[in-house]
Amino acid sequence: MEQIMNWFAEMAAMLPQLFDGMAVTVQIFAVTLIFSLPLGLLVSFGRMAKNPVIRWITKAYISIMRGTPLMLQLFIVYFGPYYIFGIRVTNDYRLWAVFIGFVINYAAYFAEIYRSGIQSMPAGQYEAAKLLGYSRFQTFFKIIFPQVIKRILPAVTNEVITLVKDTSLAFTISVIEMFTVAKQLASAQAAMTPFVAAGIFYYVFNLLVAVVMEHFEKKLSYYQ
Amino acid sequence: MYLLEMNHIQKKFENLQVLKDISLSVKEGEIVSIIGPSGSGKSTLLRCATMLETIDSGEIVYLEEKAAWTDPGRNQAVYAGKAKLKEIRKSYGLVFQNFNLFPHFSVIKNITDAPIHVQGKKKEDALREGMELLRKMGLEDKADAYPCQLSGGQCQRVAIARALALNPKVLFFDEPTSALDPELTGEVLKVIRSLADLDITMVIVTHEMAFARDISDRVIFMADGVIVEEGTPEEVFSSSNERTQAFLGRYGEMLSREGKK
Ligand SMILES: Nc1ncnc2c1ncn2[C@@H]1O[C@H](COP(=O)(O)OP(=O)(O)OP(=O)(O)O)[C@@H](O)[C@H]1O
Ligand SMILES: [Mg+2]
Repeated sequence: MEQIMNWFAEMAAMLPQLFDGMAVTVQIFAVTLIFSLPLGLLVSFGRMAKNPVIRWITKAYISIMRGTPLMLQLFIVYFGPYYIFGIRVTNDYRLWAVFIGFVINYAAYFAEIYRSGIQSMPAGQYEAAKLLGYSRFQTFFKIIFPQVIKRILPAVTNEVITLVKDTSLAFTISVIEMFTVAKQLASAQAAMTPFVAAGIFYYVFNLLVAVVMEHFEKKLSYYQ
Repeated sequence: MYLLEMNHIQKKFENLQVLKDISLSVKEGEIVSIIGPSGSGKSTLLRCATMLETIDSGEIVYLEEKAAWTDPGRNQAVYAGKAKLKEIRKSYGLVFQNFNLFPHFSVIKNITDAPIHVQGKKKEDALREGMELLRKMGLEDKADAYPCQLSGGQCQRVAIARALALNPKVLFFDEPTSALDPELTGEVLKVIRSLADLDITMVIVTHEMAFARDISDRVIFMADGVIVEEGTPEEVFSSSNERTQAFLGRYGEMLSREGKK
């Protein structure tokens, strides 16, 4: 009994730190989604552009982002300014490096998801829109894109769940997020408890993601 | 005055010459049917007329406005400027074989969205006219349904209403009933017949020979990228031309069967 009480006391003492870690994790998650989703769309346009130079550049970008570890990309974004350009970065830059690294990495993945969705759209939808006089902008944002979102939602959900877990990589450039906190606490107390807490946190976070995405899928299930 | 004039149209896909010097004019109020075997270039002709496909050479004129003409120097088709083409596009509509309704829009939104957001019509007016069109199509109770909840015949009637909502001068149909069961075919053909009574100019590609014979002012028989024969339904359907006969022969039985009904 006493042991259990102790365990709870331990947990309570850790909570403030764990909460700080959670806040940073949620922040990385939110910033990554908010910026990589639109950026990914832009990249997918580049990937499908008529201009071969733009197409080639975006293709190379996507291939590098998907073909190398995110951890390595974080290192390069973080240490690059100093080793390549001799710019001394401040401590604050750590978190920025994480944001930048995650956004450019996830934008590449989302770009490919968008592209597959856009290319799966039947030509008849474009042709009908053209006959009805819609502008190219209207055609894309009114007719095509809403249908693309429905088609790509399962793939996006997968990516978002991966992102929740990937946020722990920020640990590698010493950004104090959930996983970093858990590790610090665990080694200070020589106990597993902080890891268990972290595990529960990631799991609950992903449950929430699943619930939210399921809600979106339901909302879009009114057609087809 | 001709609503549409297509002169000496040539169209090639890779090595396949699909349209070989086709000329076709449509007068206001006229109903023209295009018949012919599969692969003869009927759809391609409609797609060129509606500028979904670009022609290699020839001339396309809507209401005396040139949409495309052949540049004599390069012997290649050139198209009018963007603004002009946009203007010209307003004069026609197209009904597709597979409807191409917007699945994420309700029936009424499919019909009213372009009038509101392309033509700049007032929402109330567009809705009123849209409901009126749905009534004509016998679909007033389906305004809030989504295309996936409709039968093929109902979808095609919505597609016809959608095209009509923009008040085109001429309406093209590319095999409007080919994707439908025989029972659903009837309801769509009935709607098209009712449009004929309203003096709407129509160009209809169809395999429904009895329908073509009954509704058309003029029938065009195409084969292998050329117009083999054209004339009144009586002329074409009783033609002594060998190719026409060979093609119609296959339908002869069907025609007489439908004629008895
Ligand atoms: N986009 C394209 N690329 C290459 N070939 C094409 C294309 N569209 C049509 N064709 C070819 O052009 C020819 C004419 O096709 P089209 O669709 O115009 O025939 P159709 O008379 O409409 O036939 P159907 O009665 O089967 O609809 C066919 O041989 C077809 O394979
Ligand atoms: Mg065809």
